[in-house]
Amino acid sequence: MRFIVTLILGLLPQALVAQAWEDRQTFNEGASTQVLRIISSTDTALFAPIIESFVSQYPYIAIEYLVTGTADIDRRFRANPDAFDLVISSAMDLQFKSANDGLARRLTNIAHPAWAQWRQSLFAFTSEPAAIVINRDAFAGHPIPNTRQELIQALRARPEVFRGRIGTYDVRQSGLGYLFATQDARASETYWRLMEVMGALDLRLYCCSGEMIDDLTDGTIAVAYNVLGSYAKARVKSKDKIQVIFPADFPTTMMRTAMVSSQAQHPEMAAAFIQHLIALQSSADEVSFPLPPLNSQLNQAEHATIALEPALMTFLDALKRKSFLAEWEDAVIHNN
Amino acid sequence: MKFLLVEDNKELANAISSRMRIDGHVIEHAENLRDATAYIETGDYDLILLDIMLPDGDGRTFLRKHRARGMGTPVIILTARSQISDRINSLDLGADDYVTKPFDHAELEARCRAVLRRKSGKSQTVIETGGVVFDPVAGLISVRGETVNLRNRELRLLEILINAPGQVFSKQKLADRLFSYDEDVSENAIEVYIGRLRKHLNPSDLKITTLRGIGYRLDHES
Amino acid sequence: MFTLIGGTAILALLLFFAIRNYAVQVAQSAQDNILGASVTSILDAAVIWDGVVEIDIPYASFSMLSTPMDDRVFYAIYQDETFLSGYPDLLITQTKDRDISFQTITHQGELVRVATASRTLIGKDKRTQIRVALAQTQDALSGTLDQISQNAALFVTGFFALATLLSFWATSATIGQLKRLTNSVTRRGPQDLSPFEKPVPLEMLPLVVSLNSLMARLDHSLSQSEEFIAEAAHRVRTPLATVRSYAEATLQRVDKEENRQAIRSMIRAIDESSRAAGQLLDHAMITFRADHLERQNIDLVALVNELVTRLTPIAEMKDLSLRLQCDEQVLFSCDPILIQNAVRNLLDNALKYSPSDGTVDVFVTATPSIRIGVCDSGKGFPEAELDTLATRFSRGSNAEGTIGSGLGLTIALDVATAHGGSLQLSNRPEGGACALLLL
Repeated sequence: MRFIVTLILGLLPQALVAQAWEDRQTFNEGASTQVLRIISSTDTALFAPIIESFVSQYPYIAIEYLVTGTADIDRRFRANPDAFDLVISSAMDLQFKSANDGLARRLTNIAHPAWAQWRQSLFAFTSEPAAIVINRDAFAGHPIPNTRQELIQALRARPEVFRGRIGTYDVRQSGLGYLFATQDARASETYWRLMEVMGALDLRLYCCSGEMIDDLTDGTIAVAYNVLGSYAKARVKSKDKIQVIFPADFPTTMMRTAMVSSQAQHPEMAAAFIQHLIALQSSADEVSFPLPPLNSQLNQAEHATIALEPALMTFLDALKRKSFLAEWEDAVIHNN
Repeated sequence: MKFLLVEDNKELANAISSRMRIDGHVIEHAENLRDATAYIETGDYDLILLDIMLPDGDGRTFLRKHRARGMGTPVIILTARSQISDRINSLDLGADDYVTKPFDHAELEARCRAVLRRKSGKSQTVIETGGVVFDPVAGLISVRGETVNLRNRELRLLEILINAPGQVFSKQKLADRLFSYDEDVSENAIEVYIGRLRKHLNPSDLKITTLRGIGYRLDHES
Repeated sequence: MFTLIGGTAILALLLFFAIRNYAVQVAQSAQDNILGASVTSILDAAVIWDGVVEIDIPYASFSMLSTPMDDRVFYAIYQDETFLSGYPDLLITQTKDRDISFQTITHQGELVRVATASRTLIGKDKRTQIRVALAQTQDALSGTLDQISQNAALFVTGFFALATLLSFWATSATIGQLKRLTNSVTRRGPQDLSPFEKPVPLEMLPLVVSLNSLMARLDHSLSQSEEFIAEAAHRVRTPLATVRSYAEATLQRVDKEENRQAIRSMIRAIDESSRAAGQLLDHAMITFRADHLERQNIDLVALVNELVTRLTPIAEMKDLSLRLQCDEQVLFSCDPILIQNAVRNLLDNALKYSPSDGTVDVFVTATPSIRIGVCDSGKGFPEAELDTLATRFSRGSNAEGTIGSGLGLTIALDVATAHGGSLQLSNRPEGGACALLLL
């Protein structure tokens, strides 16, 4: 009996995770028996206008839009590649590996610049820099940090203000957090110094950008590191309490990518959706495409945008990931 | 010596500077060619250490331009590229020598000295103390007016000691600066060099004191 | 008349296959070079730490595998027979340490090129072998090939039309010329992309011009991949230089002997890896140049003299004397960059293996034949290994405690062979090793 209880308790959290979606909405419901299933890490609020303009063009298509975290997308998609038609995620490395593993369908008639696509199977459609977001109240009368180094100095100068009030991704849970962390660490040692300083100040770890910004807006935390620029900017418009900083020392810019599953039930519809995404990002205004469009300027600066290339698989290597996480935990957790 | 280091990688520049300062050199750092030009126009350097690939251009073009304008300061190029391909023309463009990254600081220093010796023949900083006149660049020493012939390692040993009189150096520390890291060095070897140097310094007021089990120190007896 | 046209058709076909076959070799060796460099950089990152293997794959390892056609990449890492990471279904073969083997196999339904290499790590009380297989699809390669085939087909068709026209009024002498041209295409090595320069009859000029432009394009794509490897090396070397300089600075400040010992081994490891990287690149460059030597008439004495001057500061640091004995002038038609590299490697070895206060003798002479010799006053080569020393990555059994990857003699041997000469290793009766470059 006790064994069974333990078993149930053991399985319960996993079962819950497997069931729950952060959000789940069906657009144009009842239009057709054929439903295009999209699994995505982008909040429905930001993506809804894109879907709506698509279904107005194709009124006979219904779309089920499923939202979950980037790491979870990778798990679910790999387990059931036939359950989803389109996969949209901000974790470029996980998306790249899926495409490299042959899980993405090649679409031969989509024109897209070489730097924004890989193997005609993975298509980028946004350019979103990672940001440091601060609560203005916490910096009243003090200089606003513009680089990681200045942030370190600001944190060191007033530990009493920042203890327990700094947030960043838990890179063990968040695919995007892991991507940003590894790219930061690759660009400069400053990243590790910053993590050590934050770790010593009881860093709070989050699964997602949204929650982090909520905590920042209500003052629970004063600094959020490596937050998605797109989400942060959406908040800034409504509240002037917070400020978004794109670090001047080295910016890390991610491109959101989409792919059609190799086992998609409706491959043609899915391809049409990607065509729609690409066309929309280059032409539309902020209302019909609320995400930051691809920016070739950023790409030409070369260091700014994370490139879609095999090197993205480096930090996904089991050995490399293990040692990176060990180092990260050393810096962030042992100091607590 | 006073150096200008032109290198865009800040971490590397810091590392080089901190290592050079230990040897008592003055080193200023420019991150790009624009800054380097400003430094050259305002400062007077014994030697320029120049990286090739810089954010605002190629170090070699920069060098050719300044040589054409009559800049005479010796230049050593720091390169990380393949030895063969870069070597071809850097020396033709007016560089005096080059080192490949990563480099041994003792080697860099030896090269600097060789370049300065070729260019000017003597240094501006001659040390005169206790009856010894020491010119580190020319590698010349005279004791009570008599020129003494020292081998390279004896010279470097003297330089380390004479730059920090009264400071104690352990055998290991001296060995690390006199020998390359891949050589097997017995502590005996250091004793041999100390012995030879003592003999040369005998007529002067400088004495090398042995502190048993600790190391050596250069003292001035007056 | 018809035999003439028939003959031309056969020639045209021959030419087509010669060009295509030759393009396959060139493109494949370009891909192999990059796969080889990448697999080596992964192996170099393997360390054993308290009996546990860690492999910190450099970002550049995969980055250098980017291709215009976005080829897929697979890899697998094994420790002895145990799978460590990567793709467990990728086939991995046995190789000797430091040998890179290349194969074309089918993986996940696609044709891939696999490079496999291994390295033995020696831990505190165990030896363990790390094997890495790295595979890449061949889309970029077949893309290039398709394009080349298309060009070649076009060109060969043109050639055939032209030749048919020609055959109406050409003499048999023209056929002779064509045969020679075809022969010289067929006989070329895969690295030889120099244009055809032999005088050709006016009628064949367009043909030769388009052949040459094909060569130029191939050459361009090959040199791009070389540029890529050089860039990869640059990215590795700069951080190495940073670490080394910090380590040296720290060594001057630290007093505790066990910490000093650790820093010293770190510096030694950095030196070893940067030297190995440098020599690998040099070696790749030499293999590339060896097939089309850029010969110039130069004075070997001046060349060696310049090298000796440059190495004098290093010799002085060890209190070694470098003695140069040579004829007044030795003129020789050779690729100066290769010769310089070979002699530089011989000198490096001599400086490394000579004890303090020793002497290194260098001589250049034209009698009885042109030769450059470098002799040191060290322990000499181990007698039993005199024949095998110049093979890749082998080091003398008595070379312990000296940094080096063992490619130096291989480089010298390859350069000598490329110039139709040889490398002679011997020991001096009075002690010390002698390496003689016979040209």
